[in-house]
Amino acid sequence: MNLFLELQTALARLLIFPGLLFAVPAAWFFLWVERKAVARMQGRIGPPFMQPFFDFIKLLGKSTPPRIGIAGLLMRAWPLIAVSAAAGAVGLLPVLPASGGFQGDLILLLALLELPSMCIIAAGFSSGSIFGEIGSAREAVLSVSYNIVFLLAILSIAASQHTFSLQALAQLPSSPLRWLGIVAILVCLPAKLHLNPFSLPNAEQEIYSGPMTEYAGPELAMWELSHGLEWVAATGLVATLIAPAFTLWWVAALVFVALCFGLVLLLSVVAAATARMQIDTTVRFYWQCTLIFAVLAVASALFMRFRA
Amino acid sequence: MNLWNKLMCYSRRHSPWLFHMNGGSCNGCDIELIASLTPRYDAEQLGVRLEGSPRHADILCITGPVTHNAVNAIKTVYGQVLGPKAVVAIGSCPATTNVFIDSRTLDGPLNRHVPVDVFVPGCPPRPDAIIQGVAKAAEILAERAAKKLPVAPVVMPLVGPGCDGACSCAATTETKNEEVQA
Repeated sequence: MNLFLELQTALARLLIFPGLLFAVPAAWFFLWVERKAVARMQGRIGPPFMQPFFDFIKLLGKSTPPRIGIAGLLMRAWPLIAVSAAAGAVGLLPVLPASGGFQGDLILLLALLELPSMCIIAAGFSSGSIFGEIGSAREAVLSVSYNIVFLLAILSIAASQHTFSLQALAQLPSSPLRWLGIVAILVCLPAKLHLNPFSLPNAEQEIYSGPMTEYAGPELAMWELSHGLEWVAATGLVATLIAPAFTLWWVAALVFVALCFGLVLLLSVVAAATARMQIDTTVRFYWQCTLIFAVLAVASALFMRFRA
Repeated sequence: MNLWNKLMCYSRRHSPWLFHMNGGSCNGCDIELIASLTPRYDAEQLGVRLEGSPRHADILCITGPVTHNAVNAIKTVYGQVLGPKAVVAIGSCPATTNVFIDSRTLDGPLNRHVPVDVFVPGCPPRPDAIIQGVAKAAEILAERAAKKLPVAPVVMPLVGPGCDGACSCAATTETKNEEVQA
């Protein structure tokens, strides 16, 4: 009976909240907030509320060019893998108070968060387009640079709290060290979500749409959806780290959504206010400026742990 | 199923993504097309997005009188835009080759090479006329995809200088002329 109940809550988390039923509309909403915020910053009115939804439906109704052979099969597969990984990452977020069962694992969450950008790299190379290949190469270089900082920041939080369980991490009281880690994660988010000033892989003035250049119709719709889900997962991860623990589930859910919304707004405003950096400047920024703080955070976390 | 078709039709009308192509234009119309996306005109309110790749686009916007060099490129890009699609000829050049008529470097007008759905006349047309033309093209595209019927090309009314409204400009200027004559 207990096992059945656990299974039920696990399924409810994966499929309803914060899983698919919540994540897909939230993805569209965040994509709209991003476009609207950029438009308002530029003195425009911006797209209507339902715009990402209409774009998605329209793309589903478009035809795709014939894709032949293994490369064609892979080109169809990458967006689907990216969407399922991003949706899985959202489903793992420890938003609601614990109720036993699988507690969520930080390493699994990080792997699922990383999978969409792996898919983007592979997608650009398998599309055979020169713009796709340049975009993929840039994405690969970018992910090598920001991921070191991103992983070290998360590692410092995990090391200071002595656990890799998401549920435990979300519920422990916050320390100054955790805030250092959160700031480091926030610095990495624009690169992870391909936003200005680090929007190098999809720099539309230079390489059109980068890895997505050859994609069309339903495949492109899946890429848009996976991008939206990445928004939810990445801002959601920071939101769960910031939010204090609540016992009432609806308070926890409301605070989670509000924090995510605030983070999306912050990232969009930064994106609208900045211009794109060069790839070597970006790599230098992550390796020289940000890495020091991440290493400091990990070192102090380990030091504190040995002293305790 | 019927509800799905209605939703699809509505989405196609409200999400036109453009691909802009220069067929030997003097850049006048290209500047006006970009101006229609700027804060003053803000075509994104209609869901318009200027895309870098023809694979993503629904509406192909072509400017210029179609030079010999541009013909093959136009045909290739028209093939790369996936259906349902529409073509908007921006400016007087693609419609009639304008002042370059009888030039030996030209192979225009545009509708000799690709089927054109909307002509937006003007040299250059105003940004509001271009937005109106794109909205009309999105309507034609959705209708054609839903009913599988051929739709005759549309020539948009010439929007006069000093006109701010995007819609019934031609009608109001005509009535004004009549009033003046009376």
